[in-house]
Amino acid sequence: MHSYRTTSIQKVFTYIGLAGLAVIIIAGFGASIFKSTGLFLGLGLISTGVIGYTFSSYSGLPAGIKNNGIWYRSLTSRGIVAWVVGVVLTAFYIILYFYPEHLEGLIRLFDPLSEGLSGKKASQWFVYGVLYTLAIVLFGIKFIIKYKHSKYQKYRTYSVLFFQTIFAFLIPEIMARLNGDLPYYDLKSIWPLNYYLFDGNYLDGFLKSGNIGTALLIFGILSTLIITPILTYKFGKRWYCSWVCGCGGLAETAGDPFRQLSDKSLRAWKLERWMIHLILVWVFISTVGVVYSYLLQAPESYFVGPKTFIVGISLLFSLVVGLILWKRRNWLAKDAQSSAIAIGSVVLLLLGFFFFSQSDRVLFIPSYQIRSAYGFFIGSIFSGVIGTGFYPILGNRVWCRFGCPMAAILGIQQKLFSKFKISTNGGQCISCGNCSAYCEMGIDVRAYAQREEPIKRASCVGCGICSAVCPRGVLRLES
Amino acid sequence: MDEKIVIIGNGIAGSTLALQLAEKGTASVTLISDESSYFFSRTALMYVYMGHLTKEQLEPVSRESWDQSPIQRVKAQVLSISPEDKELSFRTSEEDVKQLSYDRLVIATGSKPAFYDWKGQEAEGVLGLYHLSDLDRLEKWAPNASACPEAVVIGGGLIGIELCEMLLSRQIKTTLIIRENFFWSSHLPESDAQFVEKHLHLHRLNLIKEDELQEINEDENGHVSSVQTKKGETISCRLVGITTGVRPNIEFLRDSGLDIDKGLLVDEHLKTSDPSIYAIGDCAQLRNPLPNRLAIEPVWYTGKLMGETLAQTFSGEPIKYNPGVWYNSAKFFDLEYQTYGKVSPKALKPKSEQHFHWETDDKAVTLAYNETSGVFLGINTFGIRLNHKIISSWIEDQIEVEKVVFRLEEAHFDPEFSNRYYKQIKHAFVQNH
Repeated sequence: MHSYRTTSIQKVFTYIGLAGLAVIIIAGFGASIFKSTGLFLGLGLISTGVIGYTFSSYSGLPAGIKNNGIWYRSLTSRGIVAWVVGVVLTAFYIILYFYPEHLEGLIRLFDPLSEGLSGKKASQWFVYGVLYTLAIVLFGIKFIIKYKHSKYQKYRTYSVLFFQTIFAFLIPEIMARLNGDLPYYDLKSIWPLNYYLFDGNYLDGFLKSGNIGTALLIFGILSTLIITPILTYKFGKRWYCSWVCGCGGLAETAGDPFRQLSDKSLRAWKLERWMIHLILVWVFISTVGVVYSYLLQAPESYFVGPKTFIVGISLLFSLVVGLILWKRRNWLAKDAQSSAIAIGSVVLLLLGFFFFSQSDRVLFIPSYQIRSAYGFFIGSIFSGVIGTGFYPILGNRVWCRFGCPMAAILGIQQKLFSKFKISTNGGQCISCGNCSAYCEMGIDVRAYAQREEPIKRASCVGCGICSAVCPRGVLRLES
Repeated sequence: MDEKIVIIGNGIAGSTLALQLAEKGTASVTLISDESSYFFSRTALMYVYMGHLTKEQLEPVSRESWDQSPIQRVKAQVLSISPEDKELSFRTSEEDVKQLSYDRLVIATGSKPAFYDWKGQEAEGVLGLYHLSDLDRLEKWAPNASACPEAVVIGGGLIGIELCEMLLSRQIKTTLIIRENFFWSSHLPESDAQFVEKHLHLHRLNLIKEDELQEINEDENGHVSSVQTKKGETISCRLVGITTGVRPNIEFLRDSGLDIDKGLLVDEHLKTSDPSIYAIGDCAQLRNPLPNRLAIEPVWYTGKLMGETLAQTFSGEPIKYNPGVWYNSAKFFDLEYQTYGKVSPKALKPKSEQHFHWETDDKAVTLAYNETSGVFLGINTFGIRLNHKIISSWIEDQIEVEKVVFRLEEAHFDPEFSNRYYKQIKHAFVQNH
């Protein structure tokens, strides 16, 4: 058989990492042998394992693409190891999300760290946050060493590391320490990703926290309506998806060995377009519904009444969709136009329900139920459990591609008015297929390159790996 | 009734033609291949052995779209053609010989590795790297370093270096034997060849220069045990890769009456000596090669371009084959190479052609120009990507080399944030001139 096996040094570091995991599990079950040092011993061993594995894999080798043997290894070619890792990770997430009482020992293990940061005891979300951030940091270092020849790859990984550790992890903890009433707020998380931002208790939290709270709320609204389109116009959706976003961050670092597993079939592409846009509709309607019901409770207390709110939102929505359809009528494909009209009409119909029923119900379902169903199925199950647990089976960007409503909005912007594209270099393409194989979003890059056409796809997150793996210098990201 | 077009060979030339004809929909198209049921990228065979790609990922057009297209695909070996009857005979896997008639026939059978009648070349463990089945044989003979601790590759062209990279990726100790004094100096100026060689050493390739294969020795099982070179060196090995070039794959046409030299001779419309028979891709030889281009050019894009040209001609608007300014690219391990126009190797360099060479540790550029007129002739780059269209237009417009050096940044095609070396290149050029 082939000889792309792990070397003995790599194996040693794998065992060190697994030993770290074992320490945490044993300590998590309440065994007292490690006392309070269990957490730091465990995380330390895991870090040593990953970093040691990285150096034993890449040190001494000339800089370049390191994809040897990917399709021969069980973990990266949907073999038995891949299934075991996928199932274990998914099971862990399910327990952590929905049955944290079974992980009480593990969560208590994180108390010293949590108390040091925010002064509070650790929650299941703190544990999730620490492990998530640690994964991005460790595998980010691995990624940087693996792609040491590419400044684009290195810079965007520095960026992702920065936003995850500072914005997603440290700042919210410190803010909680400074102002206990302030809701958890990850500044880089933008609606519709933080679909909970406009929930009643969040709005209350912001509005009660004085100027900081109001400023944060306004910043949240501005991020969605102003900042996002401007940055996407200038750089493409990559400014968010592969430079800032935490989901993208994990996908690009811990998920890097699985990018070749994305489904490239036409069927997958059709499914992707329907799913991602319907999820966008879902989050939009549920957010509008939640705000509407908030306003209905005290119609006179805010500067905008419930009726004005619904009318305003409907007009804004119609304006945006109408403008898109009219401005781009010449080159938007027929099926894209008809889908946009169909989806737009459904949205207006649903908004009409709110208006005429004078209640926050859509088809007799209260909007808080639509909102909590979204939180459960999309926010937790899809983004948190399937999106990360199934990397070794479905590829590393399943959530980003099929589920993320933020990616949907940025994708529409990228397709319609961004300067971003991937240029192809004349006749140099040899149709080898590396670009398509390593596209984590399942784009058939080769199909464009061999026709010498630029690539302008809504789903492209601009990770730049197609350009890196191309042996003939054919692809260049531009904006 | 629709015109009946039969294409032999489903490589880049044949498949491009078939797909474009099918799109136009005016003829019935039959595509015959004995190698594979679906068109694949031959240039990427190496990535399957190295585990970067699966076999199916080599296929540029999905199986689904082939199955839905009106093109009739036949997996069979063509045995002979008879131009008088407009008929060919072929054999499928069922072993029975059948006849097929055509209105127009296109030969797109590509090349095959050139073997030079060495003693022992039929032994187990000797192969070229061209055919899909070579991949299976390589996997059988050189699956890992314990079954095949050592390998020898003969001939240092682009395929030879790919085979070395493949074998080294599985920790097989690999020796490359070349005739030239520097790697690929039959094609590269010496400064470039030396620069590439430095990179080959980084990858622990054992390079034997200015020597040739004498004979291949077998063990008692008929398997390769060692090779002997002309200079008398014996190198033990379990695998011998023969990559001493390719030749047109047209054996089966020897008795067809068609005009044949090294390849199947064609005019500028890619027509052979028979008005109903055409040849495209590696097997075609132009009777009148275009300036600064060869009569046979076994590269990917010329096959593609010939397929496109012929599709146009068949649709009733005949055009001449015109590949424009020569270009190509390759990758030597991690070192990307691009070439545009004419940068002659030492042996072929006319007196009037001057070179300017610049290099750092891992980047190099060589510009060729006419000594008296200063006109820019071509450029080689290593580790630097340039824009094909811009460089080609500079060569076509015959602009002066000085202008090229000063405007080189306009042709920048490296990824964002890459180091730019254009100032250094300009500076070095000015100091030299």
